[in-house]
Amino acid sequence: MELKIKYFGLLAEVTGCEEESIFFSGNSISELLETLYTSYSGLKDKDFQVAQNMELVSPEDKITNTNIVLLPPFAGG
Amino acid sequence: MDRYNRHIILSEIGPKGQEKLAAARVLVVGAGGLGCPVLQYLAAAGVGTIGIIDNDVVEESNLQRQILFGSASLGQNKAVAAKDRLNDLNNTIQINAYPEKLTFHNAMELFREYDIIVDGTDNFEARYLINDASVLSNKPVVFGAIHKFQGQVSVFNYNNGPTYRCVFPNKPGKHSVPNCSEVGVLGVLPGIIGTLLANEVLKVILGLGKVLSGKLLCYDALSSQVTTINVKRKEVKIQKVLQDKKIFQKRILGTTRKVDFTEVSLKEVMEKQDLQLIDVRELHEQPKVDDHRVLRIPLSRIEQHLDEISDRKIKAIFCQSGIRSKQAVSVLHNLQVNNCFSLKEGASEINRVIKESFNRVTNE
Repeated sequence: MELKIKYFGLLAEVTGCEEESIFFSGNSISELLETLYTSYSGLKDKDFQVAQNMELVSPEDKITNTNIVLLPPFAGG
Repeated sequence: MDRYNRHIILSEIGPKGQEKLAAARVLVVGAGGLGCPVLQYLAAAGVGTIGIIDNDVVEESNLQRQILFGSASLGQNKAVAAKDRLNDLNNTIQINAYPEKLTFHNAMELFREYDIIVDGTDNFEARYLINDASVLSNKPVVFGAIHKFQGQVSVFNYNNGPTYRCVFPNKPGKHSVPNCSEVGVLGVLPGIIGTLLANEVLKVILGLGKVLSGKLLCYDALSSQVTTINVKRKEVKIQKVLQDKKIFQKRILGTTRKVDFTEVSLKEVMEKQDLQLIDVRELHEQPKVDDHRVLRIPLSRIEQHLDEISDRKIKAIFCQSGIRSKQAVSVLHNLQVNNCFSLKEGASEINRVIKESFNRVTNE
């Protein structure tokens, strides 16, 4: 299925885009992450959380929605 | 009062709401990009007691976004400079400036004195400390964080809602996420995010609308888009903080040695001939205790001022509420200083007792 992925903060600098659509045939969030790590090796050493359909999810969760957000913590104030 | 007329004529606030604001106590951690707008709106709104903690000084590069400061504040401590500006904005409220770093030593004691904590800091060390201390003291945290053109807002630990660790369980490595001084920030961004924080603080105090709990609001200034992510409370993360309470307390005391604090009331030692009262609060803290027997040595500098402390005299140590005085007794114990007692009373109470005894003596 085609997933719409949004990258916040410095993740967008790693991927070179703030949003993209990718075709993905896997089942879980962790499989999606492996795919993204292959495309963008710089993501591996970044801290971030994943949201699916605007809910925070864990790597073992199944992909059930096409709307994905990658969310890093921000330090600044 | 005419000052709050536009609040009072709102049926949702009215005189009752304004009274709630006057009774509220809010601690703002960090008087930087986020802290400035938060402080400005809370002071203007008439929040009765505002604490500001920041150990940083105002630099020229701050003026692009830290709107409480001007050229005259350069080189001044941010908490103190912010207090000066806010006193002019609203002189009917109490503003406490703490020109120090938030640490394991002072976090619990400070948090106890406030109802709501605002996290406007610029590093993860402080953010996780604020989270853990707020879980341990059961206080809501209005949280804001920024990165270049984007910001995050949430209210954590509010009515059994999720905490910061429920979103980001682990502290990132020291240099893995840059802050504003490293990558830059659009000046107006902390203004927008900070104003959202002030709004959440007012909602919590007034019980208005829907508080941003269980949600992380992500704002992008370039697209003007808001993405709101739902967050659930993770009991495991919260329990872990609660279980670590002992470790936290150990770090607060800065000692692993168990010390029995000898606590006394002022009346018990008042008449002693060789009494030395030691005020271990920071020098700016009010009210001052004006008595010739009072020696002022802040807890943070006690080791450097040991020579001023008489070994012979009975030392009655006090602070604002009796917590730092216990720490001071513990520190002095470890430094082999004898005859130290922690006073049960805080500074205000001590003033009252001294005044009473003075009146009694002059009436006799």
